[in-house]
Amino acid sequence: MIDVKHSVAIIVVVTLVTLALRWLPFLVFAKGTPKPVVYLGKVLPYALIAMLVIYCLKNLSFVESPHGIPELISVAVVAALHKWRHRTLLSIIVGTVCYMLLIQFVFV
Amino acid sequence: MNKKTLFYSFKATIPVMAGYIVLGIAFGVLLESKGYNFLWSLVMSLTIFAGSMQFVTVDLLAGGATLVSAAIMTVLVNARHIFYGISMVDKYRGIGRVKPYLMHALTDETYSLVCDPTLPEDVAEKPYYIIVTGFNHIYWVIGCAVGGLIGGAVEFNTAGLDFAMTALFVVIFVEQWEKAKSHIPAYIGLAAAVICLLVFGPTNFLIPTIIIIPIALFALRPLIEKQLKKDEEVAGND
Repeated sequence: MIDVKHSVAIIVVVTLVTLALRWLPFLVFAKGTPKPVVYLGKVLPYALIAMLVIYCLKNLSFVESPHGIPELISVAVVAALHKWRHRTLLSIIVGTVCYMLLIQFVFV
Repeated sequence: MNKKTLFYSFKATIPVMAGYIVLGIAFGVLLESKGYNFLWSLVMSLTIFAGSMQFVTVDLLAGGATLVSAAIMTVLVNARHIFYGISMVDKYRGIGRVKPYLMHALTDETYSLVCDPTLPEDVAEKPYYIIVTGFNHIYWVIGCAVGGLIGGAVEFNTAGLDFAMTALFVVIFVEQWEKAKSHIPAYIGLAAAVICLLVFGPTNFLIPTIIIIPIALFALRPLIEKQLKKDEEVAGND
């Protein structure tokens, strides 16, 4: 049986801490943004999206089969297709289908 | 708000729809397998609304974690959201009564769509932020609730469908790369994440990464700002 009271308490804590982290910068800089923070706000998106790409690939292993090959192929397909056609949905659909085919049929 | 804005914003969220519904279902199924029915996943998707943190919360719930360790775990997993806020502070200024909600619902995926969008001229910025955030939240709630409802009852071979999320980030990376006047911030993000991943491993690398990124951005600030200003200067100045 699940402990309803303790479970609710955990969910409340996780929610409040998540909320606090997300609200923090808005509350701290409510009155105005100092110059170094404006700079950070301008350049962070580039660094963070790069970080998120790596984050998505974090469980990839080069040592174990299939050595990260499906991921690397599919990422290359998405990047190349997007550089060529600049159609967001097309790049994502082709990349995802490519990945699904690779892991379901090629590298089983 | 015009139709064009609504349609454009919705279209921007379609990749997230694929990713969120699949991941949401995976979450709901997992939570149900620990004895928590769909109402639990529904509530968590509404209140927490953070993908990786909800998966971690499944472990916290199943293991009966203390509230203090739940709080610490949340800080470790979600600290990166502070930086999302920092880049949105000025953009969300004066956006109105929805602001507390937009601040709360700033997930990785929503951030990736609102941080630096290149919108057509007839698409208004602020409605775009609101619609994108709302749609993404709806997909996530639907996914989580459906996952909780079907539980382990249905077998489906969607293996790999969650790659849509990775593909979305890669697309945004390429778009940013092409319009960026300085590639140093992107290199910093890549290098910091890869190095920390190799050193600290997949479960612990985010915190060192988000500490190193701003330090490196400030250390190289003169160089980066010089490149950012290049276009504004008179040609031949270099």
